[in-house]
Amino acid sequence: MIFRAFQWRALLLVAVLGAAAWHAAAQQPVPPLTGHVVDTTGTLSADAAAAIEQKLTAFEERKGSQIAVLLVRTTEPEAIEPYSLRVAEQWQIGRGRVDDGVVLVVALDDRRMRFEVGYGLEGAVPDALARRIIAETIAPRFYEGDYDGGLNAGLDALIGLIDGEPLPVPVSREQEPAPLEWPLALPMAIMFALFLGPVFRRLFGALFGPAVLGAGGGLLVWLSGSVILTAAFFGVALFAAALMAGGGRSGRWASRGGRWGGMPGGFGGGIGGGRAGGGFRGGGGRFGGGGASGGW
Amino acid sequence: MWRLMMAIVLVTTVSGCGYNTFQAQDEQVKGSWAEVVNQYQRRADLIPNLVETVRGFARQEQEVLIGVTEARSKVGSVQATPEVLEDPQAFAQFQNAQGELTSALSRLMVVVERYPELKSDANFRDLQAQLEGTENRITVARNRYIEAVQTYNVTVRRFPSNLTAMVFGYDTKPTFTVENEAEIARPPQVSFER
Repeated sequence: MIFRAFQWRALLLVAVLGAAAWHAAAQQPVPPLTGHVVDTTGTLSADAAAAIEQKLTAFEERKGSQIAVLLVRTTEPEAIEPYSLRVAEQWQIGRGRVDDGVVLVVALDDRRMRFEVGYGLEGAVPDALARRIIAETIAPRFYEGDYDGGLNAGLDALIGLIDGEPLPVPVSREQEPAPLEWPLALPMAIMFALFLGPVFRRLFGALFGPAVLGAGGGLLVWLSGSVILTAAFFGVALFAAALMAGGGRSGRWASRGGRWGGMPGGFGGGIGGGRAGGGFRGGGGRFGGGGASGGW
Repeated sequence: MWRLMMAIVLVTTVSGCGYNTFQAQDEQVKGSWAEVVNQYQRRADLIPNLVETVRGFARQEQEVLIGVTEARSKVGSVQATPEVLEDPQAFAQFQNAQGELTSALSRLMVVVERYPELKSDANFRDLQAQLEGTENRITVARNRYIEAVQTYNVTVRRFPSNLTAMVFGYDTKPTFTVENEAEIARPPQVSFER
């Protein structure tokens, strides 16, 4: 009998441990960012979703700050805090360096929600005020099943708070960082090609050397996240520059060639930030776990 | 041509030995450590106000309140400069002091449950939200520190960069232990407040 009981307990333990291990492995995936409002549950009415989308888009254009809303069924097995941080880190809501993004995650079946507040807004939206918006504005409406109204009112309150914060003025979409970094990156790339051109010509031949350099540079630009057209343009520019660089002095430059090996990483990173816009996407905002959670 | 080849070989070996990687990763570790300390400090700064507010409603809970105050003053006396990262003992001391404050605070929060008036006090609820937010930030900062140290320690141990580590005397850095990782992974307290 005793043995029996022991066996049962062992079996139970194995089952619990197994379940725990399985749960630890299976986290809820973060849905792709398709707009300011991502509703994986179909809870919001089409009108309300469109209205909120419009409200948040207008706010972003006016203030520069990004707000995103995610509705999911559940965050199990995780608590909502680590889940919403993963969402925020993956979506990168808010402008880079300003870090002025807020993500509102609602887990309907868990009856929990959380504001994840970016570093730059921790002053404008302190935890206590985020909690108040949840407890006083959103939760009572959610409790009555009014999800459209609850979100609307809560986002209005949030926008009111962020409006009180002096943030850098928004840059219109067409002239986001890209044009700012372009003039810097191209001359650097050409300089780089002028120095390395002779080396490559020496190594691979008069025509093939510049071609290798151009292809390599273009590939690097492409890999660093630019549009393929941009990368091709860089490649051609590098090819031309390397072709024009004086071949006669290659002996002198060759001994120094290696020193310039560190450069492509530098300018590759610079270009990476300048992706072309189109649709809604996070601007590179960072999060440190600020915000508040609440239930209804 | 030979000189060029030599130059290329030399540069690749120098960058392959990982000296620069060490510098970058060391700064990363220090930066994330600063964030950990910063968030712990933020928690410590909240405590006087919290203790005062609770005392206003729950005067008879002296023992718990004194426990929190004492744990806080102990935390304040423990060194938290980046040099701690070179000294596993000092690191353990820091971790212990913070752990004691964590458990003193959770005892306080259990006591609070017995005082409905306190729980519904607006000031206290704000403080509670701030405390929860800070605990969450601490968790995030600690996880990022653990990741940074992991990357650094792998570099210290892996060939060939371990040779560089030996030459320059770089050692693995201490990280938060399993005991606390269990704490990190604990589910949030169930609460029926609305």
